[in-house]
Amino acid sequence: MSWVSKTLSSTLGRKLLMALTGLFLILFLVVHLIGNLQLLLPDNGESFNLYADSMAHNPLIRVVSIGNFAFILLHVIYSIILSKHNKNSRPVDYAVSKASTSSTWSSRNMGILGTVILIFLLVHLKGFYYEIKFGEMPMVDYEGVTYKNVFAIVAAAYSNVLYVVFYVIAMGFLGFHLSHGFSSAFQTLGLNHVKYSPLIQKVGFGFAIVVPALFALIPIMMYIQSL
Amino acid sequence: MNLTLKIWRQKNNSDKGGFKDYKLGGISKDMSFLEMLDVLNEELSAKGEDPVHFDHDCREGICGMCSLYINGKPHGPQQTTTCQLHMRSFSDGETITIEPWRAKAFPVLKDLVTDRSAFDRIIQAGGYVSVNTGGVPDANEIPIPKTIADMAMDAAQCIGCGACVAACKNASAMLFTSAKVSQLALLPQGQVERKTRAEKMVAQMDAEGFGACTNTGACEAECPKGISITNIARMNREYFSAVVSSQNV
Repeated sequence: MSWVSKTLSSTLGRKLLMALTGLFLILFLVVHLIGNLQLLLPDNGESFNLYADSMAHNPLIRVVSIGNFAFILLHVIYSIILSKHNKNSRPVDYAVSKASTSSTWSSRNMGILGTVILIFLLVHLKGFYYEIKFGEMPMVDYEGVTYKNVFAIVAAAYSNVLYVVFYVIAMGFLGFHLSHGFSSAFQTLGLNHVKYSPLIQKVGFGFAIVVPALFALIPIMMYIQSL
Repeated sequence: MNLTLKIWRQKNNSDKGGFKDYKLGGISKDMSFLEMLDVLNEELSAKGEDPVHFDHDCREGICGMCSLYINGKPHGPQQTTTCQLHMRSFSDGETITIEPWRAKAFPVLKDLVTDRSAFDRIIQAGGYVSVNTGGVPDANEIPIPKTIADMAMDAAQCIGCGACVAACKNASAMLFTSAKVSQLALLPQGQVERKTRAEKMVAQMDAEGFGACTNTGACEAECPKGISITNIARMNREYFSAVVSSQNV
């Protein structure tokens, strides 16, 4: 085994992959959120549709999106490998355990939180990504040019209250996942410093609240507008 | 004090084991937890029963020999070693559940005694420094900044009891290993084997079957010596920089 594969199959190497892919996905969330917030602009979806079209035709974005799918896959695969390994490390469990006195709930349940987020992601990709790329899309004209009316299918989806509730709950799970994942990734990378760690903790906590809340705001607002 | 003890009994490593309840009376609040178990064992011996086996040695909180998972926490409700835990931390009539450390790498030998030699093998893999033979070197011959010496000494506080492994939901030994990597990596004396040490100790830790870290921080919260998880971050830095720059292919 080469030193690279040996390192990446050690517990520390696997953790490193979790941290790096996790941090990339955090970055992706920011970009995705900035794009999606255009759904709330009062122009009947024009700026969002133009943005969606530019994203679909930008070669850099297409490369990054392949990377994004690969990182999601890596994050999921390595979480399964690590969870299995960790479960095997304690074959007999304690009869009495007061784990809640020494660690946070989300830090102990990243796997469960992640699984819910993955289910959400699959529904989300099927509903939007797949439809936009391969489905039959309504079209719209802006200044004589025809674009896919992505806004229309998003608005249609968010007029369904069940869909909205599902989205909001999923964002709650994302928040808890991030509340541990953000600062945990830095710790795994070895970035623990008396000067910066308190800041990383605070930024991570703020990120875990603000980003999922803004994501959740979009379906809520669009549902209210659809009434 | 009158107590009900729910103690894990297991004949040997291949035995399945199970809990057994014991009623114990006449316990003083000033007794240490181990003295309370001594009282129980005297009663059991007098009755001709097999006493409860548990690890202990110095009973001063410095050797790392005592263990026990008491009422859902390693070393019991206080952040100290079991030998320094006193019965005043419990209330009269309480039921106390006592379990051994649970980890694949710490197999139960008998009752509450586990085999923690996995830690010894991690130390053997790289937890040492090269020294010259000959006369004893002068004290303070090598200048070390006070802040660095303090950090190394904080890491060296680790007594290797295994409470970190017991507390971790993944039975991970990263707090122990990182403390041992850190105490030597921080000092000039530890530079000779620095890269090889990080690589070998992490490899041995994995080979022993300990889990991976999920940064829950439970180990730090339960460590009787207050070892910080900043050591785990340091070990990660040591390990990642070692694997990319060492001569070990």
